[in-house]
Amino acid sequence: MNRAGLRLVLRHNALPLLAGVIFAAMFGLYLALQPNGIRTDVLVTASNKGVLLALIAAAQTLPVLTGGIDLSAGAIVVLCNCLASILVNGSGLQIALGVVGVLGGGLAAGVFNALAVVVGRLQPIIATLATSTMFYGVSLLLRPSPGGDVDDDFASRLTGAWYGIPVSLILLGAVLLLVWMPFRRSLTGRGIYAVGSAEASAYMSGVKVAPAKFAAYVGAGLLSGLAGLLLTLIAESAQASAIQAGDLTLNSIAAVVIGGTSLFGGVGGIVGSVLGAFILRTIGDLLFVLKASPLWQPLFQGLILLLAVSLGALPMLRIRNRLETYR
Amino acid sequence: MSVPAAMPQRPRLQDRVRVLLHRLDPPLVVASACILAILFGGSLYNSSFLSPHYLLQQLQVASFLGIVATGAMLVILLGHIDLSVPWTLATGAMLATGLAGSTLGGIASIPIALAVGAAIGLVNGLGVTVLRIPSMIFTLGVNAVLQGLMVLYTGGSAPPSSAAPIVRWMSDGQLLPGIPNAILVWAAVGAFAAVLLRATPFGRTVYAIGNRERAAYLSGMKVRRVVCLSFVLAGSASALAGLLLTGYAGKAFQGMGDTYLLPAIAAVVLGGTSIVGGRGSYAGTIIGTILIVLLQSMLAVMQMPDAGRQIIYGAVIFAMLLLYGRGRSGQA
Amino acid sequence: MSSAAASGDAAARPPLLELSDVVKRYGPVTALAHGSLRCEAGSIHAVMGENGAGKSTLIKIVSGVVAPTEGEMRLDGAPVRFRSPLDAQKRGIVCVFQELSLLPDLSVADNIGITAPPRRFGLIDRRAQVRQAERWLAEIGCDGIDPRERVRDLPLSRRQMVEIAKALRHRPRLLILDEATSALTADDVERVVVLLHRLRAEGMAILYISHRMHEIRKLADTCSVYANGRHVETFAHGTRSEAEIVRMMIGRELSQMFPPRPPRPIEAAAPVLEARALTWEDRLRGVSLSVAPGEIVGLGGLDGQGQREFLLALFGCLSGLGGEIRVDGTPASFRGPSEAMAEPARLALIPEDRKTEGLMQPMTVAENLSAATLRSWCRGPFLNNVHERRAVEEIVRRMQIKAVLDLPVSTLSGGNQQKVAIGKWLLAAPRVLLLCDPTRGIDVGTKQEIYRLLRELAAGGTAVLLHTTDYDELIGLCDRVAIFYAGRINRLLEGDAITEEAIIAAALDIGAERERAA
Repeated sequence: MNRAGLRLVLRHNALPLLAGVIFAAMFGLYLALQPNGIRTDVLVTASNKGVLLALIAAAQTLPVLTGGIDLSAGAIVVLCNCLASILVNGSGLQIALGVVGVLGGGLAAGVFNALAVVVGRLQPIIATLATSTMFYGVSLLLRPSPGGDVDDDFASRLTGAWYGIPVSLILLGAVLLLVWMPFRRSLTGRGIYAVGSAEASAYMSGVKVAPAKFAAYVGAGLLSGLAGLLLTLIAESAQASAIQAGDLTLNSIAAVVIGGTSLFGGVGGIVGSVLGAFILRTIGDLLFVLKASPLWQPLFQGLILLLAVSLGALPMLRIRNRLETYR
Repeated sequence: MSVPAAMPQRPRLQDRVRVLLHRLDPPLVVASACILAILFGGSLYNSSFLSPHYLLQQLQVASFLGIVATGAMLVILLGHIDLSVPWTLATGAMLATGLAGSTLGGIASIPIALAVGAAIGLVNGLGVTVLRIPSMIFTLGVNAVLQGLMVLYTGGSAPPSSAAPIVRWMSDGQLLPGIPNAILVWAAVGAFAAVLLRATPFGRTVYAIGNRERAAYLSGMKVRRVVCLSFVLAGSASALAGLLLTGYAGKAFQGMGDTYLLPAIAAVVLGGTSIVGGRGSYAGTIIGTILIVLLQSMLAVMQMPDAGRQIIYGAVIFAMLLLYGRGRSGQA
Repeated sequence: MSSAAASGDAAARPPLLELSDVVKRYGPVTALAHGSLRCEAGSIHAVMGENGAGKSTLIKIVSGVVAPTEGEMRLDGAPVRFRSPLDAQKRGIVCVFQELSLLPDLSVADNIGITAPPRRFGLIDRRAQVRQAERWLAEIGCDGIDPRERVRDLPLSRRQMVEIAKALRHRPRLLILDEATSALTADDVERVVVLLHRLRAEGMAILYISHRMHEIRKLADTCSVYANGRHVETFAHGTRSEAEIVRMMIGRELSQMFPPRPPRPIEAAAPVLEARALTWEDRLRGVSLSVAPGEIVGLGGLDGQGQREFLLALFGCLSGLGGEIRVDGTPASFRGPSEAMAEPARLALIPEDRKTEGLMQPMTVAENLSAATLRSWCRGPFLNNVHERRAVEEIVRRMQIKAVLDLPVSTLSGGNQQKVAIGKWLLAAPRVLLLCDPTRGIDVGTKQEIYRLLRELAAGGTAVLLHTTDYDELIGLCDRVAIFYAGRINRLLEGDAITEEAIIAAALDIGAERERAA
């Protein structure tokens, strides 16, 4: 690649790169301050927590890229959490079928959202807020009280390490390399960016708008389902918790914003969101090793989110035609 | 063109019918019918469903939601949304209980909780008007910050102290025999909101902004001021509801506001207020609130498990949205 | 190509695209009354006409954006109807629109290959796409544009070139350029000219819409002139003089639509509003103009030369304004409409787009009419309905608005809606009335009423600033006319000097062009 090309790549990916640098610095500090030194189990724990949020953030990224949002992402995770605590058990074949069932649940939830937004032409905010209640209700139906179980062997293998590398990290890498990268280079994948960038122009240019939006919400459901599966494997139980669902959704939006994806759509990507998720998670870990009270953690995360979205609004302040700042 | 200088201003019958049809709010009619159906169905199930005592108790429960929905409606009418309701409400509640033991005997907790709610609303309003951040995102962030602050303030657990006597009286006492005061507070808030929306320039401006912000701005309306003030009122309403809730339940606890956000938005939308703003009446919000509370109550009376309640909730809102919540592509 | 061979060819082969007697109506408004056009392969056809002459409607019909109400369109001699721009594209007709259809956050290469990129294993082959984009950019002489650059980061003139490259990639048989050179630099225009000559030699049909005479002079084989929504004449280029073309573009009698103009007083009243060397971004480049009570000052010129921005600037909608605004001789600065409409200036603006800027469509007629003057109908903190109602009814009578007051304003016809948009401000009794194209898309009857009203207001001492793209209004209604060109006032015409020839010449900057050429 020539110099001009490198310069462009740097400029177009400035925010994700910045997120990467910040994460590297924070994680480096965290490891340096580890009292017990760098051990595999430390990495595995950090990775499991980080990958969980990273998957939800990846899910959230897709609708946001189209200029929409999925407020039901957390609820889908909880739903699939409950589903997995029932299905992922028994013989090898049963476990495999269970995994397919859990992912199918996430997919179905995504299709439901997609139908509401694309066919029902509902506002994504309110539509996904309403569906999140329904998904939560279904979770309660599946698991009225906390509990459940998953196959221990399967769980420990997927949340453990493989030659010193956390398996969850390998899973995330596989999602990025084998799913996201090819998808981004498909016509539908580019359609998602086109729709978020300028929907009317996209239509005029012959982009298939509806399939692109549909794919975004379905993809979000599927990735949330995967996150739900991972959550079950980490916790080895399930709980239909509305609070957890809300927290996960909020954190996913925060991660997306920190990772450099524009809430107005068209700019950004899953890689940035993954880094954003790792940053958010590392804040907690850092506060822990710095011996700060865990009580400070929610406040820090909230402030960072607020700061990130405020920075994203800076271009608005440059508009000189006041009329254009009004809808 | 030879139109007579003075056009006849006598309204024709045909025009009057059109005006009546325009004013007739289908959502309002549907929601009212749903309430009657629930009352009827509930009375078949359990005869005490129609007793004054039970209905007043339902109204008392509805008053907390009704106050939150009042603020939510104001913001939704503008075409915005306030997702900071849960922790604004909890903040109001926690301040009320936290200050209950203070020297002023807790009287101060009322104005302080309201002022903090207003301040939260002001932050929301400034973020939305000055930074022009989508309200949904900004209020979500504010909600997170409030959660952080309250975790810090309470030490992460429910505050041990309970509400001050005056707060308890405000919520559960009976100024008029037989009628819990919370209902009176709701009535006062509701009357204020109804007058504000119908009979003041402020209200007219709220509707104008929700319909077409740009046209409102070019009509010389003070768009930013009105949006800010609406968020301030919404924040105060959420905090007031939190305050009353501590009086009713005696305590404040983490996540006590979580169960109010969606029902409040649902009450507003079921009452016929357009989720994209600009259209809706306060009467609708009252009806929507009562509908939600009765729906909840009936599901409880029928011993419907929480799961079914949540699903029916979501499904009812979803169905209503599909019926009349799709923006106004035909007109806009 | 000898003329005998050419005519023989034409007889044997139908034209690529032919429109005969095409009509387009939007409700009661006729946008195109009589559209006829013949596009031959291997020929550049220029379409000329003033704003509102029907050119853009013609283009929209040809490129499949709208369907004609009446008339026939034939492609290669067979009748054809396009369902969408994509449909027209598939049949080889591609339009480069004035307003760009690019995706700002995608790269140049992505934009050029948006519908059918080169693919490998089903996925977009980025390298091949970049090479492809490079090829097309080289084709139009824009090797300087890096295809990996984001469109958002390009200046407007580059974007316009990308838009042309994107159109060419469809390998159209008929390429339409609708004012596609409006933002280009002189070098780029030269490149486009060379390119179009080559494409013509390769057999492409080209439809070229432009206001720039010198470009048409270089390019056109055939010219069609449109006026008032009608096709006036088609002629081989060079057979008519420029003066004749201008006369064709006017081509009608000035009707008796306008109220008589009062004689101008010898000594005009002191200006109520005065702009001194206003500058804003690159849209206003030093505009100075004043308006006195009782006069109607027209703002003319081609679309988008800064007239709209000038009115917005006066009304306080633009920040970062350079220069000075004076009210009654004292400097004033407005931070928004609410300040501009207050004493002492009492400005009012009737905005360009009544649907999104002038009215709250779902609100009632009465609510819209009182929207700008809510404070005046208050008793204490409350609105006084009786008061408000009386004022609203009064204005409805005065302006003869045909409306049911308590129905949404969206139920009214366009003309009555515009009357509501104006009436709203009359309730505020403005000293200065700014109007932005108030008669666009309005029937003739209502137009006349609005003209009468404006003249009455002026007679009553209101100062009126009227931006219009209709030359008739400038000539028939205005006391003085300022012609905008590229963000400044090119000429200020007064009294008998307000003629169609003078307006068109100033709007097209023809005099200046001749000087440059000399």
